[in-house]
Amino acid sequence: MSANTGALWEHYENLEQQHEANVLGMWVFLATELLIFGALFTGYAAYRAQGDYSASFEHASSKLNLGIGAVNTVVLLTSSLTMALAVRAARLGRRRALVVLLLLTALFGTVFMGFKAVEYYEDYEKKLVPGLAFDPEEWRHGPVKPGPVQLFLMFYYVMTGLHAVHLTLGIAIMLTLAVMAGRGSFSPRWYAPVDIWGLYWHFVDVVWIFLLPLLYLIGTHGKF
Amino acid sequence: MSIITSPFRPQGIALAPAPGPGRRPVHYLNAAYGVRSWLLTTDHKRIALLYLVSLTLMFIIGGLAATLIRLDLLTPSNKMMHADTYNKMFSAHGIIMIFFFLVAAIPAVFGNFFLPMMIGARDLAFPRLNLASWYVYVAGAVMILWVIFGGGVDTGWTFYTPYSSKSSHTQVLPTLVAAVLAGFSSVFTALNLIVTTHRLRAPGMTWFRLPLFVWSMYATSFIVLLATPVLAMALILVGVERACGVGIFDPALGGDPVLFQHLFWFYSHPAVYIMVLPAMGVVSEIIPCFARKNVFGYGFIAFSSIGIAVVGFLVWAHHMFVAGISVYAALIFSLLSYLVAVPSAIKVFNWTATLYRGSVSLQTPMLCCLGFIGLFTMGGLTGLFLAALAVDVHVHDTYFVIAHFHFIMVGGTVMAYMGALHYWWPKMTGRMYPEGLGRIAAVIIFVGFILTFLPQFVLGYLGMPRRYHFYAPEFQVLNVLSTAGASILAVGYALPLTYLLWSLRWGEKAGPNPWNATGLEWQTPSPPPPHNFAETPVVTCGPYEYTLQEEAASVG
Amino acid sequence: MFPVPLFPENASTTADHVDRLYFFLLALSGYVALMIALLLIYFSVRYRRRADGPRPPRIEGALRLEIVWSVVPLLIFLGIFAWGAHGYFVLTQPPDDAIEIYVVGKQWMWKVQHPGGQREINELHVPVNQPVKLILTSEDVVHSFFVPAFRNKVDVLPNRYVSTWFHATKPGRYHIFCSQYCGTNHSGMVGEVVVMEQADYDEWLGGHSEGSLALEGRKLFLKLQCVTCHSADSRARAPVLEDLYGRDVPLRDGRTVRANEDYIRESILDPPAKVVAGFEPIMPTYKGQVNEDEMIQLIEFIKNLRAGQTPTRTEETPPPAVGAPAPKKETPR
Repeated sequence: MSANTGALWEHYENLEQQHEANVLGMWVFLATELLIFGALFTGYAAYRAQGDYSASFEHASSKLNLGIGAVNTVVLLTSSLTMALAVRAARLGRRRALVVLLLLTALFGTVFMGFKAVEYYEDYEKKLVPGLAFDPEEWRHGPVKPGPVQLFLMFYYVMTGLHAVHLTLGIAIMLTLAVMAGRGSFSPRWYAPVDIWGLYWHFVDVVWIFLLPLLYLIGTHGKF
Repeated sequence: MSIITSPFRPQGIALAPAPGPGRRPVHYLNAAYGVRSWLLTTDHKRIALLYLVSLTLMFIIGGLAATLIRLDLLTPSNKMMHADTYNKMFSAHGIIMIFFFLVAAIPAVFGNFFLPMMIGARDLAFPRLNLASWYVYVAGAVMILWVIFGGGVDTGWTFYTPYSSKSSHTQVLPTLVAAVLAGFSSVFTALNLIVTTHRLRAPGMTWFRLPLFVWSMYATSFIVLLATPVLAMALILVGVERACGVGIFDPALGGDPVLFQHLFWFYSHPAVYIMVLPAMGVVSEIIPCFARKNVFGYGFIAFSSIGIAVVGFLVWAHHMFVAGISVYAALIFSLLSYLVAVPSAIKVFNWTATLYRGSVSLQTPMLCCLGFIGLFTMGGLTGLFLAALAVDVHVHDTYFVIAHFHFIMVGGTVMAYMGALHYWWPKMTGRMYPEGLGRIAAVIIFVGFILTFLPQFVLGYLGMPRRYHFYAPEFQVLNVLSTAGASILAVGYALPLTYLLWSLRWGEKAGPNPWNATGLEWQTPSPPPPHNFAETPVVTCGPYEYTLQEEAASVG
Repeated sequence: MFPVPLFPENASTTADHVDRLYFFLLALSGYVALMIALLLIYFSVRYRRRADGPRPPRIEGALRLEIVWSVVPLLIFLGIFAWGAHGYFVLTQPPDDAIEIYVVGKQWMWKVQHPGGQREINELHVPVNQPVKLILTSEDVVHSFFVPAFRNKVDVLPNRYVSTWFHATKPGRYHIFCSQYCGTNHSGMVGEVVVMEQADYDEWLGGHSEGSLALEGRKLFLKLQCVTCHSADSRARAPVLEDLYGRDVPLRDGRTVRANEDYIRESILDPPAKVVAGFEPIMPTYKGQVNEDEMIQLIEFIKNLRAGQTPTRTEETPPPAVGAPAPKKETPR
């Protein structure tokens, strides 16, 4: 009995039904994730829409490291490419390609996290961490006020932090899938785990695509 | 020898062969023994029982808090406890009852146990996720109990900022974690129920042949999935503010406490539908069975569940009419709140019409449902008062609101929970409860409930605010009445706790279908075998064909 | 035996709006609940199970009936909505001739300041038959100012002014309750509205005088050196503040804002937030130098400042004579 038919759970009629159920489950889960990030986007939008605050938000945003943000975006997009190729490899039964692509995806994710860590440290050095390293007087000029600046920065840390948590979990899952793939757990008849965690990975990428402009680009004022 | 007594059953049910003399039938309770077989089970029925035990425990603790509250409120001053302790009591009561009982009660016990059976499936879509949801629930429960018995939290279950983020000196952070854990647990359950309903229906089980309980589970799960994450985020943000000392709702930084209220109520209003829709689903099952008639207006009841779920997301700021929102926002939310009342009214009318020309038998599950309809209707009607802007200004944050939601949550959901417990007890345990005691308990609960909460409407309009430890002396008589009712209510709840446990050992053994109900769950032995059905059933008709069943019985 | 009140006193014009709708809803709900209860009981008895009883017919539903009992309740509900909305408009729109009184809520007391400078704690003296507008703020967490006899309630927020109003119709003492949970002594944050006949009220005002709010505000205006920049000279570094309240102010960034209490408060605590067009953002902040009570005094001063009344930099203001009745609304000269 190959590993593939052993993948059928007792209460399913066939692997196809099981695959469809898994995929639907992941989409439903991603809907909840959309709402959790949605709450943050809503709070951010509510504050930014208040006329007084946009100057502070934009000024604080201009202090973030757009360079790292841009590099990270490219890294993450590339990881989505390798992920999509991995799903394709699984569907075509190419075991070695699958393992390599999963590992590459995990690698790119780790590179992202590495840059993120460097960026956070730099934020600390630049005194951009309210409550830890922050001087309110630095932010009191013209329409810019320290209060809304701190609001922006808190959103920045919570949103990128939540994203980073999701990415870290994703990396762990990619590594687990790579090990499973190495052991031959997947085949063209059963590769649902790769499929569904690919969806998850793409979602994490899409969230970043929305975070980037809202957090990094609002202060650029047509510089590009 | 077939052990199905009803002459009417869907085709294709293959039953386990009857045991020979001296051999006990294998069912989900005796299929495996030992702690590990329970704590590592993936059987949805065992997980439902794990939930049943934990939920009962939490209900008792939440009820103890309520008891202490009502005792303290016997006197307007000269109190039996300090104000801080009282504040912790009502916080504990609300947090436990909402996050650790009502949200999970019917979905995690009866949804888990019966949704798969009702659709002809052998388990939920993701059995291990199901077990995980119970563990996450337990983690949250352990955490909140540790908070409550280790000093308590005094923010109320609503956690309004800036009090919760800056002012309270109690254990807010662990409480927030516990609430978020409870939320995740409910999300996992909801995810399971939705995917199961979509993908694991037996052949012939079309959407419009689904029992109405499944429709209400589906609508409930829809709400859980979309609303709970928003609450989780709102609570996490408060937690971050407390932990880091810098917050996003802090007015000193230009943050807006009212933003927290919006995010909080965006979940917590739909949450009340999470708590009542499953109860409505239970009622939709029991009424046809005990009236021997198919339900009146199946389509309307099914779609009204969806309607409540959708419109329920659009009314949250009716909790904030005096909180500082604009007049125009208030108008819109008031209007929408009236819209969401219509589907609930439709259900009540349909259930009542189901009794018309039926053959009504008033056993305990039916008594509980009739109690539900009466009390839910009263509670729902008082919702009309609260949605009226001018009246709400007066009664908001008073005992009027407390009475309103207890009528629906306790008079409604808890009564339906009791009804479900009695209705499905023989199926889950293979034992019947003592019917006489069941009826007495239902009546005691109904009477005790009314005496407890009806005076609170009067108190509310008089102006007694919520969460008041000391109160004006002229409110005392009504408070004493309310406490007297609570003591009767407590007796009413204690009764089933005892006789249901008693029945496990000494109750009459139940056959597969003691109520002669339709529905796939009744076409299995009591208790059911581990995989529910030996072969996937094939469904050929609707869920409440009692008339056909009666015809078949008279012909056969 | 204590008398058991079952209905609150009605002591304001707006209470009528609320009570009438309430009684209608009570009648409607009572009727509907009774109908449902009676139907349930009747059906349960009339159609109780009998061994020889008729078999229940297969009734799936009745579309017309469903439509009727969906549309009729909907129409009734819309009617209730409109009625409630009307009452709400009345409750939220104070008449122009309302006298204004400031209330500051803090854990766990209500501090009241009358424009004539009279201060109270946990009591609010008002004249009967006179609209009163309250302007409220909180010093710490969210509170709520609730007077059941007036059927009136408003949440009181930190860092923001909210307002409500009432028109008392009967002299007497009426409960004030804090109705938004605010911590340990939430249920102790109570007080009384004391409604008095006009003559008694005037006498009360006279006997509780200090400097009027506006006069105290003027003293602060001088003490904090606001007058250095905000002089009467329109070519000065700062805008003239005469006749400011209620005007539309053009800002440097192109926006226009209405000069209300929130605007004045913000301009004192966070001047760069809204700089008037034609001026530089050079005003320093007074955060930490002005508490909520003083803030109210400054606001009252500016609200009452008419053309030609800006103090001069070197003026000295004699303190009011002790025991002399305080002017109700002094125009500083």
